[in-house]
Amino acid sequence: MNREVYKFLVLVAIVLLCPLAVHEGYILNVLVFVGIHTMLALALNLLLGYAGQISLGQAGFFGLGAYISGILTATHGVNPWLAMGEGAVVVTLLAFLIGFPILKLKGHYLAMATLGLGIIIYIVFNEAVDQTGGPSGLSGIPNLSLGGIIFDNDLKNYYLIWTFVLLSMGLALNLVHSRIGRALRAIHDSEVAARVMGVNARLLKVQIFALSAGLSAVAGSLYAHTMTFVAPASFGFNFSVELVTMVIIGGLASIYGSLLGAALLTLLPELLRAFQDYDIIVYGLLLIIMTMYMPGGLVKGVPALFSAIRSRLKRKPSAHA
Amino acid sequence: MACLKQRNMGLSDQIAQYLVSGLSTGAIYALIGIGFAIIYNGTEIINFAQGEMVMLGGMFTLFGLDVLKLPLPVAILMAVTLTTLSGVLFERLTIRPLKSPTPLSLVIITIGGSILIRGIAMLVGGKDTHAIPAFSGSDPLSIGSATILPQHLWIFALTVIAIVLNKLFFQYSITGKAMRACAANRRAAGLVGIDVRRMVLFSFAISAGLGSLAGIIVAPLTMTSYDVGVMLGLKGFCAAIIGGLSGGLGTVLGGLLLGVLESLGAGLISSGYKDAIAFIILLLILFIRPQGLFSRAQTERV
Repeated sequence: MNREVYKFLVLVAIVLLCPLAVHEGYILNVLVFVGIHTMLALALNLLLGYAGQISLGQAGFFGLGAYISGILTATHGVNPWLAMGEGAVVVTLLAFLIGFPILKLKGHYLAMATLGLGIIIYIVFNEAVDQTGGPSGLSGIPNLSLGGIIFDNDLKNYYLIWTFVLLSMGLALNLVHSRIGRALRAIHDSEVAARVMGVNARLLKVQIFALSAGLSAVAGSLYAHTMTFVAPASFGFNFSVELVTMVIIGGLASIYGSLLGAALLTLLPELLRAFQDYDIIVYGLLLIIMTMYMPGGLVKGVPALFSAIRSRLKRKPSAHA
Repeated sequence: MACLKQRNMGLSDQIAQYLVSGLSTGAIYALIGIGFAIIYNGTEIINFAQGEMVMLGGMFTLFGLDVLKLPLPVAILMAVTLTTLSGVLFERLTIRPLKSPTPLSLVIITIGGSILIRGIAMLVGGKDTHAIPAFSGSDPLSIGSATILPQHLWIFALTVIAIVLNKLFFQYSITGKAMRACAANRRAAGLVGIDVRRMVLFSFAISAGLGSLAGIIVAPLTMTSYDVGVMLGLKGFCAAIIGGLSGGLGTVLGGLLLGVLESLGAGLISSGYKDAIAFIILLLILFIRPQGLFSRAQTERV
């Protein structure tokens, strides 16, 4: 447990000191996105990696958070923090209610049902023009502010978002090392066995689904208030798939893996500017290759690869001798 | 003339019109849905790339027409053949190499495959929407109070032919019987000497072929582009779910029902929410009757 605390403190230090090394607005802005994506990947990983339940509708919950925050503040003049809280509560409750019928489904059926849910939400964003502004989006969303500090530039946003990222990572780390985390892993390995051991598998799955949706909604609110603009295009099926890719690449059931996956998939398109829209091909390839050859993600795959190489290197000279 | 007619249509005429277009899109969904069911019954995989086979059908036809300057029937044959081969290739490169497949890894790998196919189609064919000429002109025919396009008739005819051939194949051919045996019990099928892996490959090939046919016959009505497969694939899945994932009549009825409901909903309620209708039905069926609308306790498989 101590080691976990040290690991986390190192991360906190890196996050705090990072802006000393980079002060360019562009890079800080990219890091803001890394932060938002980390929260989303983390939320999905709790569900997908720990409980073993897939959701292809995470972008919908993310979007609901963003739109609830956006509409409440830009149209109705509600305080942004209050709007964020309201978004989180509404989305969590919604996911909790829908979680009971939806999580009865397994595997492919669950994938399709969550996908359908995500697409319905996406269609509503596009069609409820009076509220959402339709495909052209909703603008004029105010920034968050705290005690006179308005989070309106890249540096302030960086600290704002990463505070939330660290808080959610801390929450997630606590959760997965608790009784609940062990129960979740039990469900992942065998739901029947978990039930026999007295885990209320059904309720726990729904709770994690709701938590995952709520955390995504908070990320959505943060997104809306830092960008001050939201449009449906950011919350489509492709983004849900991108989130799944982040989790798989980073590592299922690994909190730091989510950070790694989110960082890679956010930085990759920035580095591969030439690819533009074709980055989706890279995602497809990555998904296939990772599932086939590195099902544990980079977090587990890379150390395994190194040790495999090392043992081969060690063996070689002895073979010659 | 057609324009004038449309303006004077009463409600019942409108509904007749929606039925015609609904049934023809429904036939498309049915074809795609049968593809889902065939793979599911053979392998218990929901192939998320099924929609891309539909897209490939349209895009390969376009390639045959525009680039190779082939006559339409030849282009269609070529497109079905190439898509079937793509289905085979897809199975070989993604499904078969998987060492320990779990439902989760299969979902992810077929999603990865579908993204890859879509991306390659975009890379090669560009992002534009393309038109494919109707098979025999586009002068509407009047049937009763509704007008019907010749392409609608092609869709009905070719769908019926494909479904009948499919049924005959599974009922009477030795390969079809072997595939049904695999669907019933893979291990037992293996024990009596059926090459299960080959049957899995066949099921991907047949599904891809049916999907591509759907994509080709619908293209003259809806145009085609690299991303048409997503929605069509999902709707096809919806049809298959309504039909309880049977490869037979259930899925056909499911497709037709979905097409008609969607068309009526779009016409009478709101065209913007047209796509949402299919997914609301999907969720309701999954929640309330996951075994499908028409099935008794045990669903008919393949």
